[in-house]
Amino acid sequence: MNKLPPPPGRPKAGAPLGGGRRRRLRGDHHPADIRLGAVASGFALVVGVAFAQSSAVDEIAKYRAALQDGNPAELWEARGEGLWKQPGGPNKVSFEKCDLGLGSGVVKGAYAQMPRYFADADRVMDLESRIVWCKVKLQGFSEADAKKNPFGGPDNKADMEALVAYVTSESRGVKMNVAGAHPKEREAYRLGEKMFYFRGGSHDFACATCHGVDNQRIRLQDLPNLTTKEGAQKAYTTWPAYRVSQGELRTFQWRLYDCFRQQRFPELEFASDASIALTMFLAQNANGAAFDAPAIKR
Amino acid sequence: MNKRIIGWTLVGGAAAVLIGCATAPTDAETSAKATQVLKASFKARGQAGMDRLDQDETQKTCSEFAGKPLPKDVAEKIEKVNLAAIKWPADGKLMGDWRNGEKIAQEGRGKQFSDDPKGPVGGNCYACHQLAPAEVSYGTIGPPLYQFGKVRGYNDDIRKYAYGKIWNAEAYSACSNMPRFGHSQILTEAQVKDLVALLMDPQSPVNQ
Repeated sequence: MNKLPPPPGRPKAGAPLGGGRRRRLRGDHHPADIRLGAVASGFALVVGVAFAQSSAVDEIAKYRAALQDGNPAELWEARGEGLWKQPGGPNKVSFEKCDLGLGSGVVKGAYAQMPRYFADADRVMDLESRIVWCKVKLQGFSEADAKKNPFGGPDNKADMEALVAYVTSESRGVKMNVAGAHPKEREAYRLGEKMFYFRGGSHDFACATCHGVDNQRIRLQDLPNLTTKEGAQKAYTTWPAYRVSQGELRTFQWRLYDCFRQQRFPELEFASDASIALTMFLAQNANGAAFDAPAIKR
Repeated sequence: MNKRIIGWTLVGGAAAVLIGCATAPTDAETSAKATQVLKASFKARGQAGMDRLDQDETQKTCSEFAGKPLPKDVAEKIEKVNLAAIKWPADGKLMGDWRNGEKIAQEGRGKQFSDDPKGPVGGNCYACHQLAPAEVSYGTIGPPLYQFGKVRGYNDDIRKYAYGKIWNAEAYSACSNMPRFGHSQILTEAQVKDLVALLMDPQSPVNQ
C-alpha cells in the first residue's frame, strides 16, 4: 500500500512529481474495494428506494460514510506538492516564495485565513487568484496563461486543482479565521452577500433560492443553508472535494462556477472579482470551524 | 476636568459618526456595485447570454428584500404586475396530456449553458416537489403536490390557478422561489397545459 493507486475512473492520474512526501490512502481499502463498495451501496440504494424514501436517504448517508475510508484527493495533494516545490514557468522558479498571506513560502494554515487583502496587489484574493498572481509575478507567466485550464476533465489534468489540493490540505484541522478588518475585505464581504441574494437568469434563481433555508433538498440531494453559521461552516470547510461522480478533485472556484451554470447564469469567469467576493462572504461565515478538506463527495 | 473629558469624548464621537457616514456605502450603493462587479465577472456562453444578468423589476425588488420581510404593498405590486402579464391560452383549454406532463416534470435539462439549445427543455418539477408517488426522488424546496387535484377539487378555478401558477408564480406569491415557466419562456403553452393535466387530470398518477 505504499504506491499510490489510480483513483476510480481515472487510471492515468498523476503520481507525485517531485520527491514529495509519501502518502497513503487512509484505511486499508484498495481502490477496487472502494469501487465494489460503491456498487454495493448503489444496489442497496436502489432497494432502499423501492421501499421508502427515508430508507433511500439512509442508504445515501451510509454510502457517503463508506466513501470517507479512502479519499483519492490525496493523489491531487501529492501532485500539487510536487508542482509547488519544483521550478516552473518561464522563470523556472518554484512557488516556495509565494506569499499566501502568512509570509513568503508559508503554506501551513494559510488557506484557513483566505480570502484576504494583499497589500502588494492592493486587492482581496482567494487562493486561486493568489496562485495566479504568483504564477505571473514569480514564475513569469502571462495572466491569460496563468488562468488557463482551471478545471480538469478526462485526459486533462489541471495543475490548478492539484496546487489547490496541496495548499488546502495544509490547513486541515486549522480553525477558519478569515479577516474582515481591512476596508477592502469588508467591501468584498458586503458585495458577496449582495451577490448571494441576486436573482436573475431565465429561472429567477439566486444562490439563496437553494441555500437559504434549513433541511431542504433538490431531488434527494441535501442542500446546506449557507445563511446560517452552522450551514456555512459545514459546507465551506468541506471544499475542495474529490467528486466520485466526476473522478476529479474540485475546488471552491469550481463549486461556484457549476452552481451558476445550474442557476442558468452565463459562465462565471475563473478568479473573477465576483467569485472572490462570494468566497469571502461564505468563508467568513465559516469562521470558527475547523477546516476539513480536501473532502470526498458523491 | 471631568467636563472637559466629556466634551472631548462627544467631539470624538461626533467625528467618528461623521467619518462613518462619509465612508460606509449605503445599501443601495452596495447593491449597485455588486451588480456591476457581477456583470464584469461573467461571460456569455452557449445559450446563456449576458442579458441573463439584466434583472426585471420583480427580480430586482426580490433581490433587494431577500432575507428581510417583504412589505405588504411591495408584495401586492409584484403580484399585480405579474398577474396582468399572464398569457392565458387563446383556445380556453387549460389542460393537455398528463403523460407528457410527467415527462416534462422529470426533465431537468434546459437553459443551462451546457444544454443543447435545441432542447429538450423541462420543468424539472421533481427537483423541488413531490408529485406522483412512484417517484421517490423528489426535492422539498416547494410544497408536496401529491393529490393536488383530488384534494382541491377538479374544477375550473383550480385548473386556472394551476395554469397561472406554473405560467407565472410571482402572480400568486411575491418573491416565490419558483421560476416563471411561461412568462420567462422556459416552457411553451402546450407544455404548461400538460403540467396542468399532471396536477388536475383525475387519471393522472398524481391524483391516485
